[in-house]
Amino acid sequence: MRRSKTLAMLLQFWRSSLESESEYQLNLVLECLSVFGNLAGSLFVLSLLFSGQSTLGGWTWNEALIVLGLYTLLDGFTSCLLQPNLSKIVNHVQQGTLDFVLLKPVDSQLWLSLRCFSPWGAPGLLAGCVLVVLGLPEIRPQSLLLGGLLLASGAAILYSLWFSLAALSIWFVKVWNATEVLRYTLVAGRYPVSAYPPALRLVFVFVLPVAFMTTVPSQALLGQGSWHWALGSVLMAAGSLIASRLFWQFALRHYTSASS
Amino acid sequence: MRSPRASLRIARTLLSTQYAYMLEYRAEIALWALSGVLPLIMLGVWQNSGAASQAGWSPAQLRHYFVAAFIVRQFSVVWLIHVFEEDVVSGKLSPFLLQPLQPLWRYFAAHLAEQATRIPFVALMLLALSAVDPGLLWRPSLQKLLLGLMALWGAFVLRFLLQTLSSMLCFWSERAAALDRLLVIPYLFLSGLVAPLDTFPPAVQRFALATPFPAMVDFPARLLSGLPVDLGGGYLSLLIWCLILSPLCYWGWQRGLRRYGAMGA
Repeated sequence: MRRSKTLAMLLQFWRSSLESESEYQLNLVLECLSVFGNLAGSLFVLSLLFSGQSTLGGWTWNEALIVLGLYTLLDGFTSCLLQPNLSKIVNHVQQGTLDFVLLKPVDSQLWLSLRCFSPWGAPGLLAGCVLVVLGLPEIRPQSLLLGGLLLASGAAILYSLWFSLAALSIWFVKVWNATEVLRYTLVAGRYPVSAYPPALRLVFVFVLPVAFMTTVPSQALLGQGSWHWALGSVLMAAGSLIASRLFWQFALRHYTSASS
Repeated sequence: MRSPRASLRIARTLLSTQYAYMLEYRAEIALWALSGVLPLIMLGVWQNSGAASQAGWSPAQLRHYFVAAFIVRQFSVVWLIHVFEEDVVSGKLSPFLLQPLQPLWRYFAAHLAEQATRIPFVALMLLALSAVDPGLLWRPSLQKLLLGLMALWGAFVLRFLLQTLSSMLCFWSERAAALDRLLVIPYLFLSGLVAPLDTFPPAVQRFALATPFPAMVDFPARLLSGLPVDLGGGYLSLLIWCLILSPLCYWGWQRGLRRYGAMGA
């Protein structure tokens, strides 16, 4: 009963935000141009990196395409859900409207994370899927399933990182930039982790886990996934989701609201 | 016409107030400085690809180029449109218009002050880089350094002018910043920020050099890192593009101001 209520509420939220976004139709053109411009540029740079050699960090051109595709896909996911919701947390804190959110009979993390849905990430989602299909030599349901699961873990890690950074605004109001820093460093996920020097690889696995967002799911899609990487990814996703939850509860205890 | 002495006084006051203002936001500026790590990430990928050595670059040249590109990027960041858009929409531009000073100078001074605030953070990041690998840093000759800094500042002015032009669209459209985001794409890929121009196929390279973008990163970064560079051509391209853009900006400002209808205008 409770679950279906939450679902109905979410659908209602997304319907209303779709309605309000559809007012800006020019956005679709701009967003498409932006996605395809970025994609063309990334493909161009990738082709430069491949010039005179057939592999990059042990990945062939087609395999690298899958990594780029998953990056584009996650970027679309970011524009659809993360960016429109999480970038507003700072404003809520700054203007004191977080009080209203906390008073609602809904879980505050759920409300803050899923209230809005922006359709403008759709071109990215679409382009990402096309790249993945182009790069895959054969489609096996088994690896598709594992790849999908690991991609979902990657998205969960991405969400937790972003949400925790945004939650920092409870203490430091001007923290909006921290999420921008995140977005700029995640660009590293455009290339397979093994294309980087060893020291950076460690950073991309443990500090800034872009490896789990694009490289690990790509390996699974290619049928080269190993169970310890898969397990590590799922554990990391679960761990970071729980951590973001605990961190939000901790942050709320330090929230002094606008009027007090 | 103002006397040079009065102009100097205005410039000094503007710069010192903006600097004080920026110092207040130093934590935010430190974060912005961190967000400029893209060239360093790209250095990591390029180091593991043989493509640069094919273009005749030694590993040391490659390292120095991308570190120089990182420095150039740090000191040529322009964020005019985001501030200007808000000032136009919310009507904050109106009081500035009453003052006997072209409002764009105020934004220009704010950018210079922000760069000054950035210096210690960038120095810290360079220090951290040298701790990771001392081979990443080098000591340019004094002449190269001065010429490079001049080119870097020219690159900043060019970027500022280009964004001034797109900012003028704020007078007509609410989506000016989104349009400006599209301009970032050719800047990213054609300027040499993510890939050295020497590795481009000849046709693409010729096309890139016909745009203003290589003058914004490639030229100053090459000068600073001591790579072979077409000194006259680089400065000429900076100058020509600035000369093309300035009258366009002026024209856009004149036309836009007539359209400006916010509170108090």
